[in-house]
Amino acid sequence: MYKNFFKYLISAIFLLGFSVNSNADFKVGFVYVGPTGDHGWTFQHHEGRNAVEAAGIKTTFVESVPEGADAERVIRQLAQSGHDLIFTTSFGYMDPTNKVAKDFPNVKFEHATGYKREHSNVSTYSARFYEGRTLLGHIAGKMTKTNTIGYIASFPIPEVIRGINAMTLAAQKVNPNIKTKIVWVFTWYDPGKEAEAAQALIDQGADIIMQHTDSTAPVQTAEKAGVWSFGQASDMQRFAPKSILTSIIDDWAPYYVERAIAARDGTWKQQDTWHGLKEGMVAMGPYNSAMGADLVKEVEQLQKDLASGKVHSFTGPIYDQKGNILVAEGKVADDGMLAGMSVYVKGVEGDIPK
Amino acid sequence: MIKIEKRNDVPMALYFFTPFIAIILTILGGGIIFYILGFNPIEALKFYFITPISNLYGFSELLLKATPLCLIAIGLSFCFKSNNWNIGAEGQLTFGAIVGGGVALIFYNQEGFYILPLVILAGAIGGMIFALIPAILKTYFNTNEILVSLMLVYVSKLLLDYLVVGPWSNPEGFNFPETRQFSDSSRMPLLFEGLRIHAGIFLALAAVMLSWFILYKTYLGFQIKVSGLSLKTAKYAGFKGKTMILVVFMISGACAGLAGVGEITGPIGQLHRMISPDYGFTAIIVAFLGRLNPFGIIFASLVVALTYLGAETAQIFLQIPKYTGQVFQGMILFFLLASDYLLFFKVKILSLKKNDLRH
Repeated sequence: MYKNFFKYLISAIFLLGFSVNSNADFKVGFVYVGPTGDHGWTFQHHEGRNAVEAAGIKTTFVESVPEGADAERVIRQLAQSGHDLIFTTSFGYMDPTNKVAKDFPNVKFEHATGYKREHSNVSTYSARFYEGRTLLGHIAGKMTKTNTIGYIASFPIPEVIRGINAMTLAAQKVNPNIKTKIVWVFTWYDPGKEAEAAQALIDQGADIIMQHTDSTAPVQTAEKAGVWSFGQASDMQRFAPKSILTSIIDDWAPYYVERAIAARDGTWKQQDTWHGLKEGMVAMGPYNSAMGADLVKEVEQLQKDLASGKVHSFTGPIYDQKGNILVAEGKVADDGMLAGMSVYVKGVEGDIPK
Repeated sequence: MIKIEKRNDVPMALYFFTPFIAIILTILGGGIIFYILGFNPIEALKFYFITPISNLYGFSELLLKATPLCLIAIGLSFCFKSNNWNIGAEGQLTFGAIVGGGVALIFYNQEGFYILPLVILAGAIGGMIFALIPAILKTYFNTNEILVSLMLVYVSKLLLDYLVVGPWSNPEGFNFPETRQFSDSSRMPLLFEGLRIHAGIFLALAAVMLSWFILYKTYLGFQIKVSGLSLKTAKYAGFKGKTMILVVFMISGACAGLAGVGEITGPIGQLHRMISPDYGFTAIIVAFLGRLNPFGIIFASLVVALTYLGAETAQIFLQIPKYTGQVFQGMILFFLLASDYLLFFKVKILSLKKNDLRH
């Protein structure tokens, strides 16, 4: 009896203190996993935030928030301090985001790259980065002399495997002898490890270095070794001007502005967004002139076709490493299959770490 | 000419007062940094040290954050008091979390009051075993415990990486590097509805009481203190140095393991790669700021926990870079060491006389 009374009292004080969250002025909060100056993942989310700010909406951000016990507090603090829409920009914030969303039904939450939407005020969003990988694969297949593509991979999650597969399929189309060698670094951001991985791949004969990690170390290593490379997440050209053929750019700005305005105007609805080249969430950096005008033209055409839907990154026939058919001739992989992708396609070397 | 002399009689009161001086200097230093960065220093400091704990939720978060720091620092005080430099509490925390988390996963989807105590015990034993490695190497092979314990941090972190990516990863988790969420029967009970503060805080408080008892009321505590003051005296008095080294490392490891298991069964609820934002290293600052005294450590853990929360609040409200939190922690340690130096040593400025030059 007393115990319950105490419980309710605490809860009442707790709710009283923090429910003062009216429509006085609209604010958007951002939670970043890395520093704003990482020149990769967080840098691009920060650019998106700048665009929201430029659209006349007040914003706040908290950087380098560990994906452990601290995330929930930061998200909750943003919700408590009058933020009406909160973007949590890393996978590890999935559970904390949903937990806080439950206690703040009037605050809208947008979680990047996750799959849980446990409350009606939680949306998820991600980008079809694999479409960019298809373009990289096409370029890599044409540019390689050693027929070996080196790929620095972070974690064996569907998003990363999808990228490896999309790239390999596109490369095989223009160059059937292509081999994809992978080094798993089990980190998203560790310049030292990434540089070592790049060097190891170069030593194994790769003359193209591709990365699914966020630092600029791989492209810089490639520049030094005189092999080709591709930028990741942001336009990394200035870090390796000779080596970079192009970059996959995550452009969150249009989405962030659109969602912020919707939330401000009261038209925000829960959704699961997966945008690609068509909507501009995936964009390409400038193409290196070393590719030659013909290849650039080809790639630009392919980019248009992917955007219009004329070409799909995963068009059958697609086989796994053992030769079993994954996608039948004339069919394309549906989003469900893409979302759960956990096997390599034929032509990728090695096994997925288990 | 400057001459440095050891002071012979350092008043105890002053010895326990210097941490406060260090904290005041840190706040002043922080104010200056904020001013240079272009913020109103008073306002910035308010957001840093007052706003985070100005409501019940904030205060409960402070206790939540201080709990692992306090536990680890209590353990470390045993090592440091006896001249054993265990720098690897972060590794012992991680290994404790691995063992405790493993037990929690064994009992996945099972119910029983005995599960949580088992998980906690496993965590403590895990930390203890991991701390025994540098202790045994030190006592029997004369290795340097600083290096061994530090390097073992990376070993345990890599082991955790391997487990959450591979054999222990959540089968329904799309290969993301994390385990399943533990069942409720292996989670720390929450103390209040809506707050994250959990029963782990009682573990920390128990550790404080127990360590006070051991250090000040038992023969072991006496041995530890004497060894800390003079190893030669300890040997001369016939203390069994080897056993004592093993024991202090075991206590230290168990505390770190408890901190780890408290985090994963408390606010986190599963194993993944980011279970600790380097609590094991920050606790070293806490231990020294608390003068290796159990009650001092409670106070110090609250102060250092506040620098974490303050950094977040200051970034939310003023967009001050969050890394100022680390700057504050660094400043506290720096000012503490500096004032200690001045406490234990006299700096004399001697005027040069002609006679001195002749020699």
